[in-house]
Amino acid sequence: MTYEAPVLEVEGLHLHFPLKRTLFDAIQRKEKRIVKALNGVSLEVKRGETLGIVGESGCGKSTLARCLARLYEVDKGTIRYDGQEVAAKDAGALREYNRKVQMMFQDPYSSLNPRMTVRQVLAEALRVHNMRPLEQINDRIAELLDLVRLPQDAADKLPHEFSGGQRQRIAIARALSVEPEVLVADELVSALDVSVQAQVVNLLLELQDKLDLTILFVAHDLRLVRHVSHRVAVIYLGTIVEIGDSEQLFNAPKHPYSKALLAAAPSLDPDKRHTRPSISGELPSPLNVPKGCAFHARCPHASTQCQSETPRLRALDELGNVACHHAEALLSA
Amino acid sequence: MTQLDTLQATTPQKKKLHPRVKALLRPGFLLGFFILSSSILLAVFPWAFAPYDPNAFDFNAIQKSPSWAHPFGTDNLGRDTLSRVIWAYQVDMQIAFFATFFAMVIGVVVGSLVAYHGGIADVLFGRLVDVTITFPFLVLVIAVVAVLGPGLTNMYVAVTLVQWVYYARLTRAEIMTQMTSDYASAGRVMGYSSTRIIFRHLLPNATTPLITYWMTDMALAILLGSSLGYLGLGAQPPQAEWGVLIAEGRNFITTAWWMSLMPGIAIVVTGLGFSLVGDSLADVLRPRGAS
Amino acid sequence: MTNQNESLLQVRDLTTTFHSKGRALRAVDGISFDVRAGEVLGLVGESGSGKSISLRSIIGLARDYGTVEGNVYWKGEDLLTRTDKQLQCVRGSQISMIFQEPMTSLNPLLTVGLQIEENLKAHTDLDRRARKARAIELLDTVGIPSASSRLKDFPHQFSGGMRQRVMIAIALASNPELLLADEPTTALDVTIQDQILQLLLSLAKNLNIAIVLVTHDLGVVAQTCDRVAVMYAGRLVETGSVRDVLKRPQHPYTLGLLKSVPENIPPRTPLYSVPGTPPALDALPKGCAFAPRCYKAEDVCLGSKPLLSQLGDGISSACHFTADIREEVLA
Repeated sequence: MTYEAPVLEVEGLHLHFPLKRTLFDAIQRKEKRIVKALNGVSLEVKRGETLGIVGESGCGKSTLARCLARLYEVDKGTIRYDGQEVAAKDAGALREYNRKVQMMFQDPYSSLNPRMTVRQVLAEALRVHNMRPLEQINDRIAELLDLVRLPQDAADKLPHEFSGGQRQRIAIARALSVEPEVLVADELVSALDVSVQAQVVNLLLELQDKLDLTILFVAHDLRLVRHVSHRVAVIYLGTIVEIGDSEQLFNAPKHPYSKALLAAAPSLDPDKRHTRPSISGELPSPLNVPKGCAFHARCPHASTQCQSETPRLRALDELGNVACHHAEALLSA
Repeated sequence: MTQLDTLQATTPQKKKLHPRVKALLRPGFLLGFFILSSSILLAVFPWAFAPYDPNAFDFNAIQKSPSWAHPFGTDNLGRDTLSRVIWAYQVDMQIAFFATFFAMVIGVVVGSLVAYHGGIADVLFGRLVDVTITFPFLVLVIAVVAVLGPGLTNMYVAVTLVQWVYYARLTRAEIMTQMTSDYASAGRVMGYSSTRIIFRHLLPNATTPLITYWMTDMALAILLGSSLGYLGLGAQPPQAEWGVLIAEGRNFITTAWWMSLMPGIAIVVTGLGFSLVGDSLADVLRPRGAS
Repeated sequence: MTNQNESLLQVRDLTTTFHSKGRALRAVDGISFDVRAGEVLGLVGESGSGKSISLRSIIGLARDYGTVEGNVYWKGEDLLTRTDKQLQCVRGSQISMIFQEPMTSLNPLLTVGLQIEENLKAHTDLDRRARKARAIELLDTVGIPSASSRLKDFPHQFSGGMRQRVMIAIALASNPELLLADEPTTALDVTIQDQILQLLLSLAKNLNIAIVLVTHDLGVVAQTCDRVAVMYAGRLVETGSVRDVLKRPQHPYTLGLLKSVPENIPPRTPLYSVPGTPPALDALPKGCAFAPRCYKAEDVCLGSKPLLSQLGDGISSACHFTADIREEVLA
């Protein structure tokens, strides 16, 4: 694999949400509670690749997606696009970033304005970003509908007239209308039935090749992530515990959490049953992130070092990075 | 052929009405619509309907009970109550509109902005709401009118000053609910301006309760206008206004009950019209596919 | 231990119809299946296939909003002919149910201990002290750590996975012989899902409880069930042992479902996808409901509904062309 300059570089992203203190808490002089959603996430996304982001709910994967789409302002850390830091000061550059990085959401029923027809939705996007002269807008809408395989008469319908899968296609068309370079897909197909999921995933893969898109595929369905991604990042409590080549990560996960996560995914083969849970305990609350390695309480290999020292994400080989003190030992064992 | 097709093939083809139109063909809405449209007609062309000059004294017909000549009777100065009630439509429909419209516009704009931007403005707004709703509405309005002086215009100012807070509170809550939908986030990701997101995306989806509230509020405004008229703080006699009419009749309630009852009925009927229309509009304006 | 071959629950021609705006919508259309003691049966299908409604029809929860016809024999007795009151002594005691979202099915104002003891009071004759002991024992069985100290906790103090465990503990309080589970792990994360499924499996094995597991996830079926019934548009399209159905599906829909799951195919290649979407209940085709999406459909499929028919080795399928498909899969 030749080295390419990353299109998106993220370094040390932190995002904490303070919870509102109730009057009762204030009287009891309780400390302000803070949801630690992201605790220093760094990653690079290469042009044209799909980076899968997996983790359990509450691990911060959706928060990360929203930070990249600039729906949240990060507390600490930098986002660089094509080597240029995206800073809040430069309004013009921000606008351009907002066009180049588009996001698609999970819930097909709330991501479209119920009062706008598909034509209105697409025309608005085209007009606001001056993508086409006014007289070409309808032609472009027809093109976009073709692109996402919706019939032409879909243009003048309202969202409620479509099925979930069709709505996600509309959302894809809306994102594509401003000709972005990066798509952030936050659980794009999770709400869809399996047979419809496959249609949308195929469409996404096809569009990526055709339009040379870079995709961040955030999902909890490991099989899907494996299928669409070149590389995969596993997130646990707001930090990346492992990132690397998709096939390698799925075939031989190195972090104990990645291992447990993969083992828990139910296989379609009834002969590959396991008889005991792959991992005990539950994800700790992001209000109360454990010291040291966040995973140590559930980890079968945890040592005293894990309780005090936070492991850093480090390269184990050319294909992947792991954040575990005992990665080498586990590999040779 | 699907079952649906067979169903349609066997039943005679009727011209299908748009579902929204169909929703309007209910007795409730039709009655309300009838009341409101006739109220507006009476307000715009009172001279065409009123049988007498509302201010003409007739000392030969003082406190006559309802009869064919004077269906609503006459008052202590011989003025025809029906004509006075009809001319009062002009004033009271104006009150319904002016006492609510500006409050609504201001409230919707302020409510949307504080909801969307949050921060210190939202906190301050919250305190303002707390203060405002602590006082009974009527007391606040009367206090402001007392400062400004009686009269219709001052009453509009007073009501607007107090009432916009209620509209803003409602709008804020609705916009907050809408903001949890992903389409609002999608707008931000598309790089749309906050003005566009608020007024083009969020607000249209928040109008349903606002319209209903506005309709109810117009009915309440008539009541309020009448109450202030009754107290001598709103429309001034001899101008015919339902509250003023009721006030005029209060001394004669035992001898000439119709003087107060007839304008009272007018208030009730008009209020009913607004409520009925408001209810039906709420159903019609709701985006389809939402329950 | 009851005889393994005897059916605990026999569902025959179960049909549930809803009436909406003067039209009859058939959500469940004549399904029949058996559940044997200690067996885990998976009822799998996509949203709107009628799998949840079937489950609710069995236990008498669907009749509040629809008409339920057919027979549901519980140990030989028809449950559908019983009144709600007569159902009480079966429902919640011999047959228990757990739901997808445990937060909405637990009472938020009562402690977990009280809710378990309530169920014990209704279905057992234990005294107060024994009830408390049993409640602790139950929480322990479902894997809630330090059970005795958690009796006084309210549902909101538990995480999603723990709440589902509490629901299972409540369901177990009456020593049921059959557990109806409606998407019990859909709202949970994969590691927690794994734990809950393992728990259900151990219950089935150790306490000889039969389970009907409704799910949309074929992986869950593969990992937990003994037999599986696949539903599409209110009808059963295929039933059989999990191994047979998942490895050698006979119905094009089952085949399509299995092939749309990205497993064992090269990454980033197009997935097999079933064209179109499932039909709406008010627009069901006259023939086979799957025909408009089926690659094999011929005239006969559009004209008549195929019946579920036994294909020798314990697998039944409702397709006019089962023999051909079998050859294709094997090839």
